[in-house]
Amino acid sequence: MDTVASWGEHAATQPTHHVPPAWRERLEARVLHPLRSTGFRYYVWVAFLLALIGWALYAYSQQLERGLIVTGMRDRISWGLYIASFVFFIGISHAGTLLSAILRAVKARWQMSITRMAEFITVVALMVGALFPFLDMGRPERILNLLTYGRWQSPLLWDIMAIGTYLTGSTLYLYLPLIPDFALCRDRLGPSAPAWKRWFFTAAALGWQGTPAQRLALDRAMTVMMIVIIPVAVSVHTVVSWIFAMTLRDPLNSTVFGAYFVAGAIFSGIASIIILMAVLRRLLHLEEYITATQFVSLGYLLGAFTLIMGYFNLSEYAVTGYKMAEGTRFHFEQLMVGPFAGLFWFYILGGMVLPGLIILYPRTRTIAGIVTASVLVLVAMWIERYLIVVTGFRVPLMPYDPAWYMPTWVEWSILAGAFALFALIITVFAKLFPVVSLWEVIEHRGPEPAPLRSGTQPAPGPDVRGRAVGRTP
Amino acid sequence: MANAVEPPETVSAARKAHPESSLRRRTFLKWLAAGVASAAAAAAAQPVLGQAPQPAGGSAPGAGAVRSKRLRRWAMAIDLRRCDGCQSIDKPPQCTQACIEGHYAPQPMQWIEVYEGALPGGGTQFIPTPCQQCQNPPCVNVCPVGATFSTPEGLVLIDQERCIGCRICMEACPYDRRFFNWGQPALPPDVMFMKYDPEHQSPAIKGTVMKCNFCPQLARAGRLPYCIQACPNNALYYGDLEEDLATNGRDVVKLSRFLTETSTYRLKEHLGTEPRVFYIPGHGELVDRDPHRKGRKPTAWPWPKRAQRGASWTR
Repeated sequence: MDTVASWGEHAATQPTHHVPPAWRERLEARVLHPLRSTGFRYYVWVAFLLALIGWALYAYSQQLERGLIVTGMRDRISWGLYIASFVFFIGISHAGTLLSAILRAVKARWQMSITRMAEFITVVALMVGALFPFLDMGRPERILNLLTYGRWQSPLLWDIMAIGTYLTGSTLYLYLPLIPDFALCRDRLGPSAPAWKRWFFTAAALGWQGTPAQRLALDRAMTVMMIVIIPVAVSVHTVVSWIFAMTLRDPLNSTVFGAYFVAGAIFSGIASIIILMAVLRRLLHLEEYITATQFVSLGYLLGAFTLIMGYFNLSEYAVTGYKMAEGTRFHFEQLMVGPFAGLFWFYILGGMVLPGLIILYPRTRTIAGIVTASVLVLVAMWIERYLIVVTGFRVPLMPYDPAWYMPTWVEWSILAGAFALFALIITVFAKLFPVVSLWEVIEHRGPEPAPLRSGTQPAPGPDVRGRAVGRTP
Repeated sequence: MANAVEPPETVSAARKAHPESSLRRRTFLKWLAAGVASAAAAAAAQPVLGQAPQPAGGSAPGAGAVRSKRLRRWAMAIDLRRCDGCQSIDKPPQCTQACIEGHYAPQPMQWIEVYEGALPGGGTQFIPTPCQQCQNPPCVNVCPVGATFSTPEGLVLIDQERCIGCRICMEACPYDRRFFNWGQPALPPDVMFMKYDPEHQSPAIKGTVMKCNFCPQLARAGRLPYCIQACPNNALYYGDLEEDLATNGRDVVKLSRFLTETSTYRLKEHLGTEPRVFYIPGHGELVDRDPHRKGRKPTAWPWPKRAQRGASWTR
């Protein structure tokens, strides 16, 4: 089958499918357009995001000066919005891995035009998510203690190690398929481009000429990364869940948490990529390359995960609820009929049942419907993270009245700033890098075939077999 | 540490002095003093945080009579039969109050907190709850920087100068016995003259975690923890499992026999945390408390009105 060695043997073969030159011209022009020119609205958007980030920095300065007393957290609910958002952002970072690595590994053809966006999300969500534990620290200036005194026995150190590995790996994994595109940019942007841009693309392309040796090296590197990144991603969200599950607290002390968090991460990751896809498609006019095929395929995946998430919730709540231990009783009451009932039922009904139904019915299985389902899922998954943290901490440990937690303006501001930072980095990326992996789409996919009714079309044939090493673009 | 500015012994020590009992107590403390040297020697051999604890009572007579290098294994026994939540004197629980004053615990920290738990047959019991000093401490296990640590004597302490304030230990503690300095706490000016040490944790540092430390600095000086000195009903015992002795300031008991004969239990024993705090079941019956009389006085912190600046918060 397709081993790396056998791909190498194809090094001199030509693309087996026909790439119409006009189609290719149009694709390149379309994708490289944002790299060539920048409109006024772009600057307004960036300014808006910078304003939000500035406001968040002001809020954080208040927190630095006065301490975490400016947050709503207190001794009995000692983690809150920050840690919930940490889990959320690390969760959506799984978009890139799932779509890009898993689908590349199984050679799903339809995903070629969205891998780049998925990898963006991974890297950016990790960068933003990893900030939250530091925002949550009481003594952030002692951060280096984690290196000088770090104990590998602590779940927090596992997080640092896993997220550090994942960020490094996924940055590499984002960069590798970018190399041929950087070379393309270098060659196509022309002398009218600013000098720094030409310098940037020349440097980033690493002298890529598309020689068979270079292609073989790139292909091997991508294959290795694509395999390695999957277990790393799974480990990341497992250890993120273990900062909760490694405690003796009632709803958190659970063996299902690792798998539950990984599933939730992929679930929210798919939703986030669908939303980003819809936004970039509209803004950058990529309708020809990102079609209903991609939306429906991802929609099916999202639908499947509504079932997986439902299953995990059943496992968690049925197993503990049947026995109804003391802490469980309190927890169920606060979730299902108590102060968190609104959020909880939105999570269950709005985040799993409704999106599942939207995808199930052909009439609503449209781009708009799938994007709506994704928005619901993303909001619900943020709520789920929030509920895990806040309600998990709220179950009384001793005979005292249950505590209460409400995030303050500082926390909300910092969260808004984090979303703005996320959007800003994506915005800048979209200006510097082609948002579609041009060379892969050209070589592996070609023009859109007849409209697909099913996104899971197996797409047989030699054109998608192997990584197509050595094909000259 | 004893050679730093020493935390003041509480007012309550004088208040509770029983003439006949203090004699017995003195006997006990002599016992302790003899052991202090051995504890100090052992502690010096195994320095904690790279600094050997300096014993205050190390030069006491009997220091030469060290029998072994056995370590102290500090423990507390809490006789719930004698605890009435200080209802009878109509004051806030004196253990908590003395602890706050002795340790300059910021508002709203109650390192030893008197919970009122419901009894299955109706009525309530009061449960004074210090840090349980677990021997399998979940908080120590999860600390990412080793800021909270177990000493060779079995105490769980916190180095607030290393703590990064991540609060994962507060998540891990199943007894709700850890407290965070959410702001710069309001504390009286005298605290500022104290030399910080993990054994007394003053002055409190913003953004770090604090808790009951079992007063090792007082033990080393041959004194009992503030809470035990202050209990008007002598419900709290402090002692050493190694020497198998404990005292409530009035009586000295052979600890193992005392625990066995009173059917002692530990909080959430099923969790396997192995606490060093033992509870003797009861609801104040030995001090004539009516279990159906509920409620206790809230604890008060004298600091905010003595402090120039700083914050207080609620739990």
